[in-house]
Amino acid sequence: MPTKTYADAIDDAIAQAMQADERVVIWGEDLDMIRRNLYVRFGAERVRCTPISEGAFVGAGVTAAMGGLRPIVELLLVDFAGVAMDAILNHAAKIEAFSGGQWPVPLVIRAGCGGGYGDGGQHQQALWGWLAHIPGLTVVVPSTPADAGGLMLAAIEHDGPVIFLEHKLLSTVWREGLGRLGRSTVTFDVPPDGEKGPVPRTWMPLPFGQAAVRREGRDLTIVSVSLGVHRALAAAGELAADGVQAGVIDLRTVTPLDVSTVRDAVKRSGRLLVVDEDYQGFGLSGELAAVVLEGGIACRYARVCTQTTIPFARHLEEQTLPNVPRIVAAARDLLRA
Amino acid sequence: MLPDVWTLYRRMLFSRRFEEAVHRLWDAGLISAEMHLSMGEEGIVAGVLDHLQPGDALALDHRGTAPLLMHGIDPERLLRECLGQEDGLCNGWGGHMHLFSREHLAASSGIVGASGPAAVGFALAAQHLRPGHLAVAFFGEGAVNQGMLMESFNLAVAWKLPVVFVCKDNGWAIYTPRERAISTPLIDRAAGFGLHTTSVDGRDVTAVWEAARDAQTRAREGRGPSFLHARCVHLEGHLLGDPLVRAVRQPLREIAPVFGPMLRAVTRRQGAPVRQRLGPLREVGTRGNRLVSSQRASDDDPLVWTRKQLTGESDRLSTLEAEVTAQVNDIVARVQPE
Ligand SMILES: Cc1ncc(C[n+]2csc(CCOP(=O)(O)OP(=O)(O)O)c2C)c(N)n1
Ligand SMILES: [Mg+2]
Repeated sequence: MPTKTYADAIDDAIAQAMQADERVVIWGEDLDMIRRNLYVRFGAERVRCTPISEGAFVGAGVTAAMGGLRPIVELLLVDFAGVAMDAILNHAAKIEAFSGGQWPVPLVIRAGCGGGYGDGGQHQQALWGWLAHIPGLTVVVPSTPADAGGLMLAAIEHDGPVIFLEHKLLSTVWREGLGRLGRSTVTFDVPPDGEKGPVPRTWMPLPFGQAAVRREGRDLTIVSVSLGVHRALAAAGELAADGVQAGVIDLRTVTPLDVSTVRDAVKRSGRLLVVDEDYQGFGLSGELAAVVLEGGIACRYARVCTQTTIPFARHLEEQTLPNVPRIVAAARDLLRA
Repeated sequence: MLPDVWTLYRRMLFSRRFEEAVHRLWDAGLISAEMHLSMGEEGIVAGVLDHLQPGDALALDHRGTAPLLMHGIDPERLLRECLGQEDGLCNGWGGHMHLFSREHLAASSGIVGASGPAAVGFALAAQHLRPGHLAVAFFGEGAVNQGMLMESFNLAVAWKLPVVFVCKDNGWAIYTPRERAISTPLIDRAAGFGLHTTSVDGRDVTAVWEAARDAQTRAREGRGPSFLHARCVHLEGHLLGDPLVRAVRQPLREIAPVFGPMLRAVTRRQGAPVRQRLGPLREVGTRGNRLVSSQRASDDDPLVWTRKQLTGESDRLSTLEAEVTAQVNDIVARVQPE
């Protein structure tokens, strides 16, 4: 099997889709530089550079999709969804329902997300739970190169709006372009399996709503997405040294949510620990508790999430985002009782 | 009336030396992630801010260091904030894109275009609570395609608010040249909203100062908002470590990482026939060159321009420069972690 970086896997799946289907067109700011490897291959008509006008060019993505294209609109960073929120919340997510199901919106919105490189609280948010809250949106948050490519292909083929979020610590393009910027004097805690890994020679779409069990464990079930999966795996490794068997589930898509995989595992372990880089309140971590309870499963529950605005200073940021020591400590607390 | 060019030059030089120190600290890895400097914008910033009074408000974009320094914020606390220290201007929570000083009514944002609505709100508060005061918005030419900024132009005119909108036009929004994104001259667009408009050469601090004096007088007298358009260059590219700047300055080391993926794209499987790929490749290469060369010319440096007017008094000039350098060195020595 060939290996690819997380960033290359996504572009590669997009190239495969663009080759197969003329209707796949991508646009966003500075894409001729940021996606230069697609720009050179597919030209300026299909890899389009936009002005800094997120409200207009995401909104246009909605109707371009309704008009027959399969657009991939890049927001650069998911934080900038703030500017485009009307198109996402009131249009992309709703038109299929409003039209009585007659008019789907096959739009992909691609954006970098997440922190861990010191860029401050307006450029490092996760926001997948916030977006998944809106009925009508599919929210994809891959943690490995193979998933990233396969889920991107599925997103392009899907007949509804998909938010595709790539973590900036996993993507060399974003980490180097926003964090390192040519310096050898800065370091980042990058999980090697997330950054680079085996990928299929030809991309096949991966199904939405199917979690991956990354590690089996009977004492405790850790559920996470994106970078958090790698943090959870590292924590599970530490816990194993104490004889604790922690399982790790990678949701892969926040919506649709793979409820049955989570319930099955929690029913067996009796303990659920959610690791979520998105904000703690009213989000994915609470949703997971709810679906387990709705399944009639009694369990012990804890969560390691982001609770405040993400501070700029690296040492404060480190304490704010979920990290391995916090996960291990939360797991030990759960096991104690 | 003419500005005191000595004072303006001192402020511009202080900002430059300060940002040179920021550059060194960033290179050393002591400042994280993106860092957008004001280097090249000092003429605009100094010319505008000389007219501000306590009680006036400042809405800033991602290049806030020069405006804050020239607005009287404690440079040591500003530098500590860039370093993420707990006694920084915002206790290490904001960083260089999110700099705030309530005392100085100064607020920044890393969201392009956000300084428009920010200035409108500050101006409205001034209209109610601090008559005779105003708000200044700084933004780049790339921001004028952001709806919220255009809406702010209109709102400021509709409510006749005391706002001075200052567009620092370097001709580029990261890698997007102005002419590709903006269809009509900026000044016409602003005039279309009913803003009072002026265009000046941002290298010329005196010209900026004069244009800004008129704009702020209009605002204070209740005659409504203005749009001041000023050209400039960014001497260090879009941000520190700008890949195109790196590729030009250190071609041996940097060309491969910057252009490698693009060259590999020429031979990758999917896509147009290879012949057709050369066009886009050449186009990006040419534009990169144009971008970098347009940002390096010393004739475009507002400090060089301003200094020329002062060389007649060479002793006074060298004393001033030595003082400013020593001041900044002192600050750096105080804040630098061991
Ligand atoms: C809403 C939003 N979209 C995109 C960005 C990414 N971005 C940061 S600076 C910038 C270019 C801004 O260009 P301009 O306004 O001309 O300012 P300059 O950097 O040239 O001073 C972009 C696109 C952002 N910060 N916010
Ligand atoms: Mg610009």
